[in-house]
Amino acid sequence: MEPILDIKNLDVKFALRTGTVTAIDNLSLSLAKGERLGIVGESGAGKSVMGFSIINLIRKPGYIANGSIYFRGEEISRYSEEEIRAIRGNRISTIFQDPMMALNPVLTIGTQMTEAILAHMDMTQEEAERIALEKLAKVHIPAPEKRLNQYPHEFSGGMRQRIIIAISLLTDPDLIIADEPTTALDVTIQAEIMDLLIELCESEGMSLILITHDLGVVSEVTERIAVMYAGRVIETGPTEAIIKNPQHPYTQGLLKALPESRTPGEPLYQIPGMMPTLTDIPPGCAFNPRCPMRGEICITKRPEAAFADEHTGHMAACHLVSGDLAS
Amino acid sequence: MNTPTSTPILSLKNVVKHFDISGGLLEKLHFTDGRLGLQSTIVQAVNGVDFDILEGETLSVVGESGCGKSTLARCVVGLHKPNSGEIYFRGERIDHLNPKAMMPYRARMQMVFQDPYSSLNPRMTVQKTLEEPLKFHNPGIRNGEIKDRIDEVMEQVGVDPLWALRYPHEFSGGQRQRVSIARALMVDPAFIVADEPISALDVSVQAQILNLLMETQAKRGLSYMFISHDLSVVRHISNRVAVMYLGKLCELTDSESLYNTPRHPYTKALLSAIPQLGVKKSHIRLKGEVPSPINLPTGCIFHGRCPYADERCIREIPEVRDCGTGIVACHRVEEGSL
Ligand SMILES: Nc1ncnc2c1ncn2[C@@H]1O[C@H](COP(=O)(O)OP(=O)(O)OP(=O)(O)O)[C@@H](O)[C@H]1O
Ligand SMILES: Nc1ncnc2c1ncn2[C@@H]1O[C@H](COP(=O)(O)OP(=O)(O)O)[C@@H](O)[C@H]1O
Ligand code: SF4
Ligand code: SF4
Ligand SMILES: [Mg+2]
Ligand SMILES: [Mg+2]
Repeated sequence: MEPILDIKNLDVKFALRTGTVTAIDNLSLSLAKGERLGIVGESGAGKSVMGFSIINLIRKPGYIANGSIYFRGEEISRYSEEEIRAIRGNRISTIFQDPMMALNPVLTIGTQMTEAILAHMDMTQEEAERIALEKLAKVHIPAPEKRLNQYPHEFSGGMRQRIIIAISLLTDPDLIIADEPTTALDVTIQAEIMDLLIELCESEGMSLILITHDLGVVSEVTERIAVMYAGRVIETGPTEAIIKNPQHPYTQGLLKALPESRTPGEPLYQIPGMMPTLTDIPPGCAFNPRCPMRGEICITKRPEAAFADEHTGHMAACHLVSGDLAS
Repeated sequence: MNTPTSTPILSLKNVVKHFDISGGLLEKLHFTDGRLGLQSTIVQAVNGVDFDILEGETLSVVGESGCGKSTLARCVVGLHKPNSGEIYFRGERIDHLNPKAMMPYRARMQMVFQDPYSSLNPRMTVQKTLEEPLKFHNPGIRNGEIKDRIDEVMEQVGVDPLWALRYPHEFSGGQRQRVSIARALMVDPAFIVADEPISALDVSVQAQILNLLMETQAKRGLSYMFISHDLSVVRHISNRVAVMYLGKLCELTDSESLYNTPRHPYTKALLSAIPQLGVKKSHIRLKGEVPSPINLPTGCIFHGRCPYADERCIREIPEVRDCGTGIVACHRVEEGSL
């Protein structure tokens, strides 16, 4: 089946005064219709830059230096600002971490929702209101007719995030990109939002890219995971395979560092060292200074993605996986 | 794991903390039934909390945002005065003390905050940050002694003492949190309140800071009051866990019993919401929203969202009762039907 989104060899750079740095390095990913993909990695790995580049929201000094992004077969990375605007917030919607930032505090929810619809669709005010009500009901907001006339501050954090999701659904998008959508919320509300996203993907055939640092959340919500480190996807595959049988030493370390993997009270596993900054990414494998399995080749040669399991598409960029380094 | 004793280091007795947010006189004026009167708006943040923290133990406090965890923590270390109730440190009552009388206790009780970026003064070197509490609590201390102490503590938290002259912006988030912990350790405390100390950190850095906290506890026999919304982390480091809802205690039990056999309906819902690696489970969905702490519900404060609420729950406030493994405040648990 043709993927809904196909990213090929994407490079995103930032032209800084001190020189040009590469934030996304030769990234390729594809997403099927209705599929839920998780992007995980620690702070600064490039998750958000990747999300922004799909909808061409990379702002100066950032730019797409190489590669292409295809959406429903069209190369949207070549689109003009005007063309991409017809897609952004219409066929591809985004949800960000802070629900207050995405809502205008001085306009009612109803006004914001109908404006969002009328910006993309040719219809009457009444029709737009009917769609707004329908979407609010879909995200389980009780008594939506009353809610249309209320302002954002009159809602709790969880309700605001559900309203953002309702807004992102207004145009029946094909793809939702959610960047840490529940990081600011309590676990009970987080669980509710995640259940809602799964439900919507299943009932509407929508695809989802869920960006998060929380491995528990991705493991519950997504079908496939891409793990990022220093601007590269270092491992990708079915969620279950990555969680139960990680191949890249960094993924293994991340999972081992979780409290769940040790008996209460025992010292936790620590990945030595720190994520490199973009200005000093080590040559060879970017993870090599921190890797317990490192060999000679890792310091000089950059590992390319190799199959760990061709059948499921489980891949990792590590010399151990490609067989260039014996374990 | 640490081995707590059975002697309390800290005791909370019916602690209440309310905030008056009504503003000036004009904002308090209200017409009711044709008569002009004064009406205050009160946030009921902490509503009668009782428990002990034992010498050498880690007691964690969990609950939804706004349930009063930080307010309670601030009462404990003397940053807020409770409206009523009593707080004892090693048997001595401390909640009514003036700042001068509180000084010796301040040194024994330290606080570590969530945000390693804003809790350190950006214009102070690490050395200045660390020597300040030491000088404050030990006037006349010699410079050589200060230097030795800084070196010792920095080494303990894993930051090279050679970095003492650097400023916070030169450190990563994890290193800054180490400096915050170092600052708390400078005055040789017996008790540390850590309010979301790892929430702003990445997984791999979280592991480092948790290890540091556990190690320091083992070495110094510290007691912790630990606040976190990450329930897996809480399970890992706590001896006992207190679950709060709208400023009240729902349940307080040893960590294993709480996670294996939660009793209070709110605890059950909270635990079912934790995402678990590699498990697709169903969550208990609570109806409604957390009520405002300005208008607390009658009876059991959880009744509006509780799947088991009955007539009695709406009328009568459940007492905190012993249930074998710990304490629970729920009519249905008390009646034996849950
Ligand atoms: N405007 C910019 N100028 C220079 N560098 C940038 C800019 N925006 C992002 N970067 C860099 O790009 C890298 C990736 O950033 P990004 O925000 O995508 O990380 P992330 O993995 O999403 O982190 P977090 O979890 O903290 O949001 C980082 O090293 C960041 O410093
Ligand atoms: N200084 C203050 N003035 C007014 N209200 C406050 C103040 N501090 C806390 N509150 C209120 O008290 C309640 C409990 O807050 P807090 O203890 O900070 O919650 P949390 O459990 O998230 O740490 C909240 O409703 C909060 O808005
Ligand atoms: S390529 Fe080498 S250094 Fe990199 S993760 Fe694999 S073994 Fe470790
Ligand atoms: S007292 Fe009633 S409302 Fe409160 S938790 Fe128990 S069953 Fe639920
Ligand atoms: Mg980000
Ligand atoms: Mg708090």
